[in-house]
Amino acid sequence: MNKIEKDLELNATLAEEFVCDAPNEQAQPEGPVANLKYLLVGVLFGIVFVKAEIISWFRIQEMFRLDSFHMYGVIGSAVAVGMLSIFLIKKFNIKTLSGESVHLTPKTFNRGQIYGGVLFGLGWAITGACPGPLFAQIGSGYLAVVVTLLSAILGTWTYGYLRPKLPH
Amino acid sequence: MNLLELIREPWPWYVAGPLIGLTVPALLLLGNKSFGISSSLRHICAACFPADIPFFTYNWRKEVWNLFFVLGILLGGFIATYFLANPADLVVAESTRAELSALGIRDFSGLMPADIFTVENIFTPTGLIFFVLGGFLVGFGTRYAGGCTSGHAIMGLSNLQWPSLVATICFMVGGFVGTHVLLPWLLNLAP
Repeated sequence: MNKIEKDLELNATLAEEFVCDAPNEQAQPEGPVANLKYLLVGVLFGIVFVKAEIISWFRIQEMFRLDSFHMYGVIGSAVAVGMLSIFLIKKFNIKTLSGESVHLTPKTFNRGQIYGGVLFGLGWAITGACPGPLFAQIGSGYLAVVVTLLSAILGTWTYGYLRPKLPH
Repeated sequence: MNLLELIREPWPWYVAGPLIGLTVPALLLLGNKSFGISSSLRHICAACFPADIPFFTYNWRKEVWNLFFVLGILLGGFIATYFLANPADLVVAESTRAELSALGIRDFSGLMPADIFTVENIFTPTGLIFFVLGGFLVGFGTRYAGGCTSGHAIMGLSNLQWPSLVATICFMVGGFVGTHVLLPWLLNLAP
């Protein structure tokens, strides 16, 4: 395949309909009350974030200075448990609460994962937070982080605006 | 030691990591939702200022669960900090502490360095670096990469997706460069 064909194909992929990294794959619609389930999961998740000090700027610094195993242990064991869970869900075809088959969207590779990944990593080191901890830091009373969150929203918007011009 | 005292202690990685990992099956089984947090930022753009940009014109209402989820994270942070807080100071590794002291960080007592993350700092060069620039990189980078630590590193790797491995490696590369090159340089600009 020559370069032009490749570009055309990539453009077609980019122009494709909505692709989300955290998609809602449930076929049945859900009302506001059903959404409270996810609020509750979020609350538990936020408590873990704070209690394990994952939202701490210092813990992120320790991770990138290789001075502590803590964050590597957290991410590593989270991945191990997630992997095992998905393996079991697939193997035993475990259904969702509403009886649907679990649907997993494969990730497709593009060079954005490299460029964007490095840019996010730089921001991670500066802010001491990935998007999840930003919310937990605000809840913990670090109100200055509201500015970080607004800036992250602006960054997301800017990406959407520049997307057709960026290399992928 | 009673249970509440035990919960107030900092949780070790082997408790926190598996609990975070369980979020993956919890969201899948509760309602076929794939774990990912940075998408909430995109939904906020789509809901508040789509500006006819194709990337933000989609039915964000279908993805509103993600906004409930992040609101929950905020509330969870509040509950943990105001009701379950660890009474003792944070313990920072000695070498990290020494290196950060050399960069001018003085306060090591809280989860965040109190000399940086204050409301008073918002309109200072420090605020510009840590809040505005840092936040922008997080939002721009995660969207460009198509996910963050949750969507790629945890959800993607759990589902054995190699593009997520590429992304995770790049997150770490960026983090190391940010910590050892960019951050010292920026802190020298804004003493």
